[in-house]
Amino acid sequence: MNKYHLTAEQITKKFGRRLIFSNLNFQFQKNGIYGITGINGSGKSTLIKIIAGIISPSSGKVIHQFNNKLIDSENLHNNIGFVAPYLIMYEEFSAWENLEHISKIRGIKFNTELFNSLMDDFLLLERKDDLVKTYSSGMKQRLKFLFALMHSPKILLLDEPTSNLDDAGKESVYNIIKREGHDKIVIIASNEKSDLDLCDIKLKLQDFKL
Amino acid sequence: MFIIVALSVILFSIGNEKVPQNLTGGLLWVVIFFSAMSGLSRAFVSEEDRGTTLLLHLIAKPSTIFNGKLLFNLILVFLMNIVITLLYSALFEEFVLRNILLFLATFFLSNIGLAVASTIIAAIISKAGAKGTLYPVLSFPILLPLILISVMLTSYSMLGTSFDQALVEIMVLVCYDVIMLTASYMLFDFIWKD
Repeated sequence: MNKYHLTAEQITKKFGRRLIFSNLNFQFQKNGIYGITGINGSGKSTLIKIIAGIISPSSGKVIHQFNNKLIDSENLHNNIGFVAPYLIMYEEFSAWENLEHISKIRGIKFNTELFNSLMDDFLLLERKDDLVKTYSSGMKQRLKFLFALMHSPKILLLDEPTSNLDDAGKESVYNIIKREGHDKIVIIASNEKSDLDLCDIKLKLQDFKL
Repeated sequence: MFIIVALSVILFSIGNEKVPQNLTGGLLWVVIFFSAMSGLSRAFVSEEDRGTTLLLHLIAKPSTIFNGKLLFNLILVFLMNIVITLLYSALFEEFVLRNILLFLATFFLSNIGLAVASTIIAAIISKAGAKGTLYPVLSFPILLPLILISVMLTSYSMLGTSFDQALVEIMVLVCYDVIMLTASYMLFDFIWKD
């Protein structure tokens, strides 16, 4: 059983003099789908990046624990799956080569069967050997889900997960989110109503600005 | 290309005149410094330009990223500077090394220092707006002690000074490398995150 605990303590983020949010406290202790919502510029993406350890908060801390053991920031990348519109894969490589190289860097076994089935889930199997730069924006978005799931992460962080996706793409993404939400914490940052409808608990960011 | 252009410009400007021997060592390091400035920032800048920095954040530890980029710059610096030194010794007859062992030690230690310093500066400037201008401006004061000692040791090796007599300068180079490497590993986590 995945016992992942995510705790945010007194998180404040400023860019220069501009306050994004302040004194943010929350705890995600049960598996499920959590939403982060707020008006444009309220800091949804910033909060997702802070949770992922990509940027540091101005004050406060985010604590990741698995089975009551603290996950240090050095090893956080092995435990999270991350999807965002601003995440860019290496466009000079094919989707397959991207995943192969990333597996090597991550030090995980390249499981051909698993990757083929994930490619199939995200409707990319036929184009797996094409260069990423030839993909449409929707296909690139689906590839990011493969990247996020390839190492079986313990927590999924999704920033605008359905941006650029067509109806079929959205449907497959929603199915994956629902499936993953059963056995891990999934956090969605979005303003899309259909994305937020999947969430059990929603955090409104404009409430945390002084 | 920069190496060939730089050496050609020097050769054309000298013409038939003879360069004093003590100047040739300095000129060699000028070419090495500017070649490094033109190529070594790419390690991080290319990731930032392509937008793949975030991907690297998500797949590896900061220290692993730094190791990878440092290794790339080390290979590049060594290859580039071997070519520069070979071309330089072929084109400038005044560049005669009387203590090759001392020059090899200088070359090895200086290249390590150059690669380490250039890698951490490249990481710092990669998020800035005017990367091209900022890189040499920020690099110059940091690389100045390294270049000065390297010029001095190159002159020693051209004069045939023994290894023992140049030991203090060699130790300064070793210290520079150790300090830069330690500082880089300590700072990289902060530079990488914000």
